[in-house]
Amino acid sequence: MRQFITAYTLIDGFKCMVNGRLLFYQENILTFADFIKALYKQEQVNYPKFYKMDALGKLGFIASELLLRNKDIKSYPPELTGVVLSNSSSSLDTDIAHNETIRNREHYFPSPSVFVYTLPNIVIGEICIRNGIKGENAFLVSESFNSELIAGYVTDLFSRELVKGCLCGWIEVLGNRCEAFLAWVENQADVAETKPGPFNPVPFDAEHLKLLKNQNDR
Amino acid sequence: MPQRILVTGYGIISSIGNTVQECYQSMIAGVPGIGRICNIDTVLRDELIVGEVKRTLPELLDMAGIEPEEGYSRNTVLGIIASSEAFHHARLHENRQLRTGLISATTVGGMDRCELFYNDFLTNETRNAYIDSYDCADSTERIASRLNLTDFITTISTACSSAANAILLGARLIQSGKLDRVLAGGCESLTKFHLNGFNSLKILDQKPCRPFDKNRAGINLGEGSAYLVLESEESQKITGNKPICELKGWGNACEAFHQTASSPDGVGAYLAMKKALELSGLKAADIDYINAHGTGTDNNDISEGKAIETLFGNRIPMVSSTKQFTGHTTSAAGSIEAILSILCLEHQVIWPNLNFSEKIDELNFLPVTRLITGEPVCAVMSNSFGFGGNDTSLIFTKI
Amino acid sequence: MEELIEKLKKEVIEQLNLEDIKPEDINPDSPLFGEGLGLDSIDALELIVLLEKNYGIKIEDPKDGKKIFFSIRSMAEYITANKK
Repeated sequence: MRQFITAYTLIDGFKCMVNGRLLFYQENILTFADFIKALYKQEQVNYPKFYKMDALGKLGFIASELLLRNKDIKSYPPELTGVVLSNSSSSLDTDIAHNETIRNREHYFPSPSVFVYTLPNIVIGEICIRNGIKGENAFLVSESFNSELIAGYVTDLFSRELVKGCLCGWIEVLGNRCEAFLAWVENQADVAETKPGPFNPVPFDAEHLKLLKNQNDR
Repeated sequence: MPQRILVTGYGIISSIGNTVQECYQSMIAGVPGIGRICNIDTVLRDELIVGEVKRTLPELLDMAGIEPEEGYSRNTVLGIIASSEAFHHARLHENRQLRTGLISATTVGGMDRCELFYNDFLTNETRNAYIDSYDCADSTERIASRLNLTDFITTISTACSSAANAILLGARLIQSGKLDRVLAGGCESLTKFHLNGFNSLKILDQKPCRPFDKNRAGINLGEGSAYLVLESEESQKITGNKPICELKGWGNACEAFHQTASSPDGVGAYLAMKKALELSGLKAADIDYINAHGTGTDNNDISEGKAIETLFGNRIPMVSSTKQFTGHTTSAAGSIEAILSILCLEHQVIWPNLNFSEKIDELNFLPVTRLITGEPVCAVMSNSFGFGGNDTSLIFTKI
Repeated sequence: MEELIEKLKKEVIEQLNLEDIKPEDINPDSPLFGEGLGLDSIDALELIVLLEKNYGIKIEDPKDGKKIFFSIRSMAEYITANKK
């Protein structure tokens, strides 16, 4: 059975697109914090825990919300739903924040709520908590988006029948530089059953992943 | 029939020894590696005890044959030492036509040096070599380049299950025919960064840790590195390596409960163990020993214990944690404990759960409290659970 | 005491990133944990940091937090009794 990408989110330079449609862009936004909060407000997500997340958590959470809210992912067993993400800076953005709390003996107040986000895979935990996802999850760190690796990893999960639906992509934040690309992947048979939506599913492979992620660059 | 995955080499460095043989000797003698902090200048120096590798960075560099000015972090050097032992054990330098991958796990990356030099990176150029070492992947690439591995290299970072996931991914890549053999494991050095972080979570025990004990009070952090060599059967026929054991099952699940806490019923741990068991084709009763994640925190041990009870019912295998020996080596724990579990198969022993005195009220089973010898050990399970709810279980069997 | 309670409300909101909650939304006698503000174990640890940072009070055993952080009022009472 072949897999298809049936929805995707793309966030780059404070601009947010879902399934190829522009969802959010405001010219006067200068910081990541302002951007992600404005996007959260505009989309009326209403999940107070959002404010407690670090930047990587917020970005991944919002990207997954926008992607999954029109998807009936609950129709898949939670154990057969997976999340495979990647980026290049790991949790560096929050690592710096934690380091600031311990580097000076006079202002030594390590914060537990900052420290818990000094792991890149916590963003996966947040997405799984929100959506009740209990299947395989992995976070891969590479210099740039490795579409071959992600496509290979996720295809293998499908062929081993470890997942029936899988979220995959790239979630990167460092300071005010952010970039997110999330794709929702499911089996062909399942896609056929869903009604045609605003986005025509494309085959899931390294080439299409790359194409969708880089469409802004063209 | 999927490819069998054979373990044909291993290497380890930890607070209980610098080689597999040394670690085995410490385990048999029942000598833990936990003690005062020697290599890190931290405000927590007098408060905490840890499982440190008993070597300074210059000593480690010397062991690995690396020149001091090359910008290697302690973490990377630990990785190089353990991976080299495994590499030479399985003679990976021979039969270069075989596609050989390196999958290395770490979370601290090059933090141990960067946190020392962070404040004057801008003004002191002599330390620039360390800036690039911060990235997690830098340690992997340096290991790959020392060992001349080029076919496939990747870094996994999923908190305390990282190294177990490296092994899991290695097995998959072999089964899917992408690689013939894989060097898989992880490295993690102690840093002020995570000592302070874990301390702020108030889950560090100031005394030797007491996993599965009623009065447990948290973790002793540790450091180290360990790698396995995994081979397909065809590859093993070519290399002629003697298989140490078989990697028979693996499973990963997300708990979806809390960023750092485990659920009271341990559903993530249960799912990971169940998947591994199903893949192995074994029955629950076939598992002789579980090397538990067993961190010694209030939360983990109940959660993991409940999951074990759910999966194994009233036939619970022998269970122990070995973190009383090595400390919790976080991202390296998965591969360090995989090797300690494999040693049980090889030498037909089961490691004692040290520092135990009283059963946890909520659990119905006791951990193994003395070294067991003379009983058949044919299948062992090694658990590694991480923050983010990333839970992994591996099963190794005797050939 | 009432002054301290109002100050504490603001500090708790800031320390725990409760952006959508205003000081007047918090009843000083209602439980902070469980239902209501939706706080968890990490928040409890964060409140320990707050006491140390803003009031110089150190809590060694996190289990003591249960009583101290029952409500904003119990926090205020503890601070008044232990402030150096």
